[in-house]
Amino acid sequence: MRVALFLTCVNDTLYPDTGRAVVRLLNRLGVDVDFPLAQTCCGQAHYNTGYRHETEPLARHFAEVFGEYDAIVTPSGSCAAMVRELYPRLGERARAEGRGEALADALAPVVPKTYELTEFLVDVLGVTDVGAVYPHKVTYHPTCHGLRALGLGDRPRRLLEAVRGLELVELPGADECCGFGGTFAVKNAGVSAAMGADKMRNAESTGAEVLCAADNSCLMHLGGTMSRAGSPVRPVHIAEILASTEEEPAR
Amino acid sequence: MNETFVGMPAFPEAAQKALGNGTLRGNLRHATHTIRAKRAAAVAEVSDWAELREAGSRIKEHTLRHLDRYLEQLEESVTAAGGTVHWAADAAEANRIVTRLVKETGESEVVKVKSMATQEIGLNEALEAAGIRAYETDLAELIVQLGEDRPSHILVPAIHRNRAEIRDIFRTAMAGWGRPAPEGLSDSPAELAEAARLHLREKFLRARVGVSGANFMVAETGTMVVVESEGNGRMCLTLPETLISVAGLEKVVPTWRDLEVFLQTLPRSSTAERMNPYTSMWTGTTDGDGPRAFHLVLLDNGRTDTLADEVGRQALRCIRCSACLNVCPVYERAGGHAYGSVYPGPIGAILSPQLRGTASEIDASLPYASSLCGACYEVCPVAIDIPEVLVRLRERVVEGGPAVREGNRVVLRPARGHAAERAAMRAARWIFTHPDALRTGQRLASRARRLRPRTLPGPGAAWTRTRDLPEVPAEPFRDWWERTRGGKEETK
Repeated sequence: MRVALFLTCVNDTLYPDTGRAVVRLLNRLGVDVDFPLAQTCCGQAHYNTGYRHETEPLARHFAEVFGEYDAIVTPSGSCAAMVRELYPRLGERARAEGRGEALADALAPVVPKTYELTEFLVDVLGVTDVGAVYPHKVTYHPTCHGLRALGLGDRPRRLLEAVRGLELVELPGADECCGFGGTFAVKNAGVSAAMGADKMRNAESTGAEVLCAADNSCLMHLGGTMSRAGSPVRPVHIAEILASTEEEPAR
Repeated sequence: MNETFVGMPAFPEAAQKALGNGTLRGNLRHATHTIRAKRAAAVAEVSDWAELREAGSRIKEHTLRHLDRYLEQLEESVTAAGGTVHWAADAAEANRIVTRLVKETGESEVVKVKSMATQEIGLNEALEAAGIRAYETDLAELIVQLGEDRPSHILVPAIHRNRAEIRDIFRTAMAGWGRPAPEGLSDSPAELAEAARLHLREKFLRARVGVSGANFMVAETGTMVVVESEGNGRMCLTLPETLISVAGLEKVVPTWRDLEVFLQTLPRSSTAERMNPYTSMWTGTTDGDGPRAFHLVLLDNGRTDTLADEVGRQALRCIRCSACLNVCPVYERAGGHAYGSVYPGPIGAILSPQLRGTASEIDASLPYASSLCGACYEVCPVAIDIPEVLVRLRERVVEGGPAVREGNRVVLRPARGHAAERAAMRAARWIFTHPDALRTGQRLASRARRLRPRTLPGPGAAWTRTRDLPEVPAEPFRDWWERTRGGKEETK
């Protein structure tokens, strides 16, 4: 099976540690993962802000770069949802505009092959114990796209519960949005900040050291909020926890 | 359009004000979280909820597809049963019709059943201008009317008020509208309800004209349906001599069988009840029982325009349960007034910009009043994909394009104020289709990583006001990948 890592533009630019963690984790599980250098961005921010026509070239580019692989793994719930849920919609809309099947046909191959990391681990590789060690108290925030668009369910929890040394504590109000929402974070900064502050308080109330999620864009918003407020909780992507071992411990 | 909301500021500014009001945030948080949990429990009891949701969605979809046919059938049935049907293209026409009908009775006051359609058209204000006083008889609507306030929730229009505030409103304002509040009224729910009951009873017994909306209209028989909790609706629908109902076109359902679905999903989704206490159904007029004259005003007011949009039309499936408001994290914090419409919350954010267009500042800002978290879609009993419609409307704001306004095909121009964003999106699109350009940009960012400002100028300031910027790494992932051949030649 030829497996590609779609790291996402945000992770590539700002969170290379998450990328390295995915590579280390997959290699440890016997998957030889490739990182096609032509990859860029899935187009989610463009699409969600209303620039559907600007999104199309990005989606086509994604399909060209990843079309040849058997599986495309991404450590981002929202980018996985973009490909799986919204790429078909891009094709439908183009069809409705009288532009034929070309876009739909171009995008169709990558849609079913794109997996969010925890889905890939649990559903494709069939593992929940990935042999990780992470002796910290952790609370998990299921991000909206992972929770509601992809239906990740208890996959992330099962993976975390199998990590040696990890104490998983329940996050109150877990299924409520953190307030990031892409451009929402700046277009409606007041409401976004209030949602982020509530999420931070909920995380602090658990006594956890680490707030874990499967999407770094949400963690960028929450991490920025916690760092500004001097919160004792720090954000860590689930890939970094799952990659962590005694020999190579994560932060 | 309801004049009350003309000149509203854009959503972010209005929301900012609400965020600063601690009492309001406390009231809303308490109320929405309580009903959220109750709804979840009421829905969990039903083993075939997913099927009911699907059925409700399909019935509405089918009806909307053949709306012309079902509306004509409805008109025939209502007429055959002794009612009169009036067609209103917009709010002004609907208001003119209702005003004329009331004047023809010679009355100068009406009692009202809680109705979103009459709020949407600003009927009370129109009647007042014609010298007719409209009395709201739903408890929460009464609170809003007495407080000279605006509704902030579809189901619980006074959700932004706590009981101490309600006691104060009753004490101060009831006397001006009829029977005053009892001496020494406290803020206990029982005393407040009793005060409202005494105040309203006079009006029920005196009124000769009732005005209502409708939750459903059954095309095959011409039967109107109102579901409610307080019994005030039953009074208004049965005691007066003349009954005038104003309902949006989309409230029609083909048959009684279809009601079976909605009478299960609506109460559980809205009040979290298995069944609402009062379900009133009437078909035209009946000799010796109830109103002797029945008028139905069918309201378009932007609905057929909305129907023309393939993505946006699903908003017309809405049965006004307000489950989406109660789960919405943005509504919970911004409150209903920030939405500048009688339809607040997620459903309002997709209805108002379609019914009214996106020309005003508030309407153009509503599609962005969401983090697209999807909680609204999950609870919607007719499966309206609200995030999908929000994105569709964002597209209409920034890209413009074909639409139907007032029955005419038009090509909308992109809204003003998005030029910088559009340029940035185009630039980003170019970079993202040129991987080498992306890499150059990433390297520049890495090189400048020590300049990590605490505050950003321009639009970025909205981020850094409450959030630190992330640290930029020494090298982007792709450089590490190339340098170490995917980590295989990594040197510690």
